[in-house]
Amino acid sequence: MSRGWPLWEVFVRSRRGLSHTHVGSLHAPDAEMALRNARDVYTRRQEGVSLWVVPSAEIVASDPGEREAFFDPADDKVYRHPTFYDVPEGVEHL
Amino acid sequence: MPHVYGNDFGAPERAPELTDEAFAALLADDGRVEPRDPMPEGYRRTLVRQIAQHAHSEIIGMQPEGNWISRAPSLRRKAILMAKVQDEAGHGLYLYAAAETLGVDRADLLDQLHTGRQKYSSIFNYPTLSWADVGAIGWLVDGAAIVNQVPLCRCSYGPYARAMVRVCKEESFHQRQGFEILHTLSHGTPAQKAMAQDAVDRYWWPSLMMFGPPDDDSPNSAQSMAWGIKRFSNDDLRQRFVDMTVPQAEVLGLTLPDPEIRWNEERGHYDFGTVDFTELFEVIKGNGPCNRDRMAHRVAAHEDGAWVREAADAYAAKQVARTEGAA
Repeated sequence: MSRGWPLWEVFVRSRRGLSHTHVGSLHAPDAEMALRNARDVYTRRQEGVSLWVVPSAEIVASDPGEREAFFDPADDKVYRHPTFYDVPEGVEHL
Repeated sequence: MPHVYGNDFGAPERAPELTDEAFAALLADDGRVEPRDPMPEGYRRTLVRQIAQHAHSEIIGMQPEGNWISRAPSLRRKAILMAKVQDEAGHGLYLYAAAETLGVDRADLLDQLHTGRQKYSSIFNYPTLSWADVGAIGWLVDGAAIVNQVPLCRCSYGPYARAMVRVCKEESFHQRQGFEILHTLSHGTPAQKAMAQDAVDRYWWPSLMMFGPPDDDSPNSAQSMAWGIKRFSNDDLRQRFVDMTVPQAEVLGLTLPDPEIRWNEERGHYDFGTVDFTELFEVIKGNGPCNRDRMAHRVAAHEDGAWVREAADAYAAKQVARTEGAA
């Protein structure tokens, strides 16, 4: 049974004002142990003020094989970037 | 409908295979490979072997130093040594997690360690006979490990590279605390200085062996370089370590046990003597001073800890049953 301990993904907020960032994964039998182990494995040097653990199996991810087609809608919309626009000489604060 | 979703973690389904040519193009394009990317089977197998061996080394590496925790000369040294040994456990865990993204199971990797089918670094088969050995391991063994590991932070496999970034950040304290131990001893009584010198005498050559066989006897190196797993050759890294370490030894006031060490103006490097690789191959084969002890201790620790794993399982199952019962 212990071979089957589920995998958890660990996210750390390094300080207030920043979002949680993925730092790695670990095995644990339940959420409480996952949190305690995440503290010991990933925040031994005050790397965090908040931890999330998420069962890895619950994460839905885009397929790397479909990357091009999936992200295609953004490919031809350069006008979404401010650098697309010509600004006349001398115009400031724009 | 194409398959647009999946899971990047713990990948039970292996990434599809890829030809070497297509893979070379991917490496040239992105430089980094992530868990569910297609990859050649040889690349996957090489990474599993290397990352697992690296993880095993961290876990076995807890033993030689753990041996001195109860006899550390002060509370300060004891607290530092416990933190260091705890780091090694953490490094093992980062690396097992990285290996698992390639579709292997940590429990299987541990089985392979315990049955001798996967190796760990031969350096940990040397005994720690005195307190000074803890210093020599920090300074030389962790120093050599850092030289080996820093280039791995740019390894082509993302999860391995990211694990190595964390490991390298933490290793630098390991090396400094070792240097500090030796510096204190070498500026202490004549007996303390002799103890430091003895430790360096015993750990110098095995540390040089940590970089592996010489380049002309390292059959897998070229392939690993092409795959972006390895960035520098064994001999280049060994030279880098010698160049770093010789001036540090002078500050320590200790002698490295190699009469051939001298600065070579022309090469811009230190020359040094020939490493006895027959010793390395003997230790790898299982004939080092502590191979059997290390393995017996590791297996016993795993078996003695079984009740903890079982208790955690039982507790988790009970909580689930209660939640379901209440619902």
